[in-house]
Amino acid sequence: MTLNRRAFIGTGAAAAASLYAPAVLGQGKPRVLVVGGGAGGATAARYIAKDSDGAIDVTLIEPARSYYTCFFSNLYIGGFREYDSLAHSYDKLASDYGINVVHDWAVGVDRDAKTVALASGASLPYDKLILSPGIDFVDGSVPGWSIDDQDTMPHAYKGGTQAALLKSQVEAMPEGGLYAMVAPPNPYRCPPGPYERVSMVAHLLKAQNPTAKILIVDPKANFSKQALFEEGWQKHYPGMISRIGPDFGGDNVEVNPAEMTVNIDGMVEQVDACNVIPAQQAGRICHEAGLTEGNWAPVSGHTMVSRLDEDVHILGDATDQGDMPKSGYSANSQAKVAAMAIRGALTGATVFPAKFSNTCWSLIDTDDGVKVGATYEATDEKIAKVDGFISDTGEPADLRRQTYEESLGWYSGITTDMFG
Amino acid sequence: MTQGPLLSITLFAATLLATGVHAEEETRPIGDADSGATLFARHCASCHQVGAGAENRIGPHLNNIFGRKAGEIADYRYSEGLARMGADGLVWTFDTLDPYLENPRALVSRTRMNFAGLDAPEDRADVLAYLRVYSADPANIPEAEPTALPREVDLPPETLEIVGDPAYGEYLSSECTTCHRRDGADEGIPAITGWPEEDFVVAMHAYKRKIRPHPVMQMMAGRLSDEEIAALAAYFAEAE
Repeated sequence: MTLNRRAFIGTGAAAAASLYAPAVLGQGKPRVLVVGGGAGGATAARYIAKDSDGAIDVTLIEPARSYYTCFFSNLYIGGFREYDSLAHSYDKLASDYGINVVHDWAVGVDRDAKTVALASGASLPYDKLILSPGIDFVDGSVPGWSIDDQDTMPHAYKGGTQAALLKSQVEAMPEGGLYAMVAPPNPYRCPPGPYERVSMVAHLLKAQNPTAKILIVDPKANFSKQALFEEGWQKHYPGMISRIGPDFGGDNVEVNPAEMTVNIDGMVEQVDACNVIPAQQAGRICHEAGLTEGNWAPVSGHTMVSRLDEDVHILGDATDQGDMPKSGYSANSQAKVAAMAIRGALTGATVFPAKFSNTCWSLIDTDDGVKVGATYEATDEKIAKVDGFISDTGEPADLRRQTYEESLGWYSGITTDMFG
Repeated sequence: MTQGPLLSITLFAATLLATGVHAEEETRPIGDADSGATLFARHCASCHQVGAGAENRIGPHLNNIFGRKAGEIADYRYSEGLARMGADGLVWTFDTLDPYLENPRALVSRTRMNFAGLDAPEDRADVLAYLRVYSADPANIPEAEPTALPREVDLPPETLEIVGDPAYGEYLSSECTTCHRRDGADEGIPAITGWPEEDFVVAMHAYKRKIRPHPVMQMMAGRLSDEEIAALAAYFAEAE
C-alpha cells in the first residue's frame, strides 16, 4: 500500500486511477478526507494517521505542493526570515505517515452521498470529513478593492507570494514615501498580525528609507496587544507610524488601486504602497458545503464537529467556535481534539475531554518580542477561555529577546507538529 | 564552598608544575573556583550535578568533564547533535567548554542544553575553574555533596509517588508539542524529552505554583492535575 501511495504522490495523474479503486487504498478501512493542508488540516491528518496505526485511511487534499506558512511571513517582510524558510513539504506526511496527499482543489461537498468533488473532476468518498480551508475575503468590504487588485494593493494575508510582493513594494517606495495599511474589522485571522506587519515594515523602512511614513486606517477602536505595539512603535520608530481609528473615519475608507489613493472619510491620500487586508469569512468550501451561518462555520467545541453535520469537522480560522482567536496555534490545538474524536468514532479509541490553548508571539523590532496566550475548554455553548496572560509593557530587554527566541522555537515546534 | 575543592585545585596546580605536562597550556590561570561554585549553583545545577556521588539528571553529571569526549557517558541519552559532535571527535577542554558555555547552540547545533550562555568571559572562566576541581584526578573526586539544588517545591511524598500513565501522557503531550519538539530538538524552546520523571514532576509543580517564572508554562501547568503531571512525566521520560 505504501508503494501505491508513494506512486500516487509522485505521478499525480497516473496514480489518480487509484482514487477510483478503493480496494487499492485498503478496502473496509474507514476513510477520512482532510481539505486544507495548513495548521489545522495537516496536523489533523498527521495525528489521525500516526495514532491509528494504519487503521484509518487518511487523504489530505491541498492544492499547494509546498506550503508557505502565513505565520512568520511578517518576519520575512521585516528581513528576519528567508522566504524559503517559510516553505514546508508534504513529503513526510506521505512517506512517514502513509497519508495520501492529493494536490488538487476541493470544489464541492455532497453531504448526502458523503463525497468531495475535486477541480480535476474526481470525487472522493469519506466517512468523516475535515474542512480546514482557512479564510477567504469578503467581497466589497473595502470599497474600490477586489481580489483582482491584489497585485497593486496586496493583502499578503494568506502566505506565499503575496508577502514577497508586498516586501518588494515597500523596498521600492520613494524616499520619504507613504505606506498605508487598511486594517480588517473583527473577527479576522491572527489578531496581532496587521500590527506586527506594520512593525516589520517600519523596521525595513527605518534602515532603508527612514523618512518614510506609515499610515494605518483601522475600522476598530482597539486592537490586539495595542499597548505593547504602541509602546514599541514610540520606542523604535518615533514619528513614523500613525493610525486613524473609527473616531476619525478609519471605518469609512475607499481605495483606488489605479490611482494609488486611499480616501479616508473624504480625505484623499496619495500612497506609494498599500496593504489592503479586507474583512474575512470562512474559506469558500465551507459555504459550498452549506456549513456556514453568516460568514463562519459553527462548530461544537467538544469535538470541533460542525453544528450542521455530524460527519464533518471544521478547524481553525473558518470556524465560529467561541473565544479562541483565529491563529495557526489555535487550529493546531483544535486539530488534535478533532483527530481524537474522529479516531474514537471510527475505531473506538479512547476520547478524553477537549483541551485547547493558544499563544501568539509578535516581533516589534530586533530582539523585541511580545506574546499573548490563553487556555480554553469546551462547554456546550462554545470554546470558553479559562486563563490567559499577556506580556507587560516596560519589560527588560533580555526578556523580550528571550520571548523572540522562544517564538523561533515555537515555529520549529508547530511546523514539526504539522508536517512531521 | 567547602575547603576540599580549594585545596584540590592548589594540589592540582602543584601536580601540573611538578609533571610539566603541557605546562604552558595548562597552567594558565583559569578563574576563581569559589565564584564558579556560586555561578554553577545559579545557572547549571538545576540540570547538572558534580561532586562525589553526582548522577545524571536532566543533563549528564560533570565529574571528569575535562578531557572527556563529548557524548561519552554510556547511560545518559544525549541529543543527536551532541552525540554526533562526540563521534566527530569533540573533546571537552578549556578551549571547547568556553565557547560551549558562551552559547551552547553555536558550538553544538541542536544540543538539548537549553542555556542562554554566560556572556562574561570571566564568569565562564570561574565556572570552568570550579569544574576543573572535579576533573583533577579521575580517582579522586573531592568529597563534596553533589550539587543539585534542593527541590524548588516541597511536594508531599504521595504526589511524587503517583505512577503516571504514559498512554494518557501521550494524549496530554499533544498540547506540549505545539512548541516543544517531540524529537527533543531545541531551537529556542527547551527540550522536555528524556528527563527523569521526578525532575519533570517537580518542574511542573513549580510552574503550577508560579515559583518558576514563565507565563505560558504557568498557564499550561496551572490546569494540570497531579495525575496529569505524572502521566506527562512518564510519557516524556521515555519519548524518543
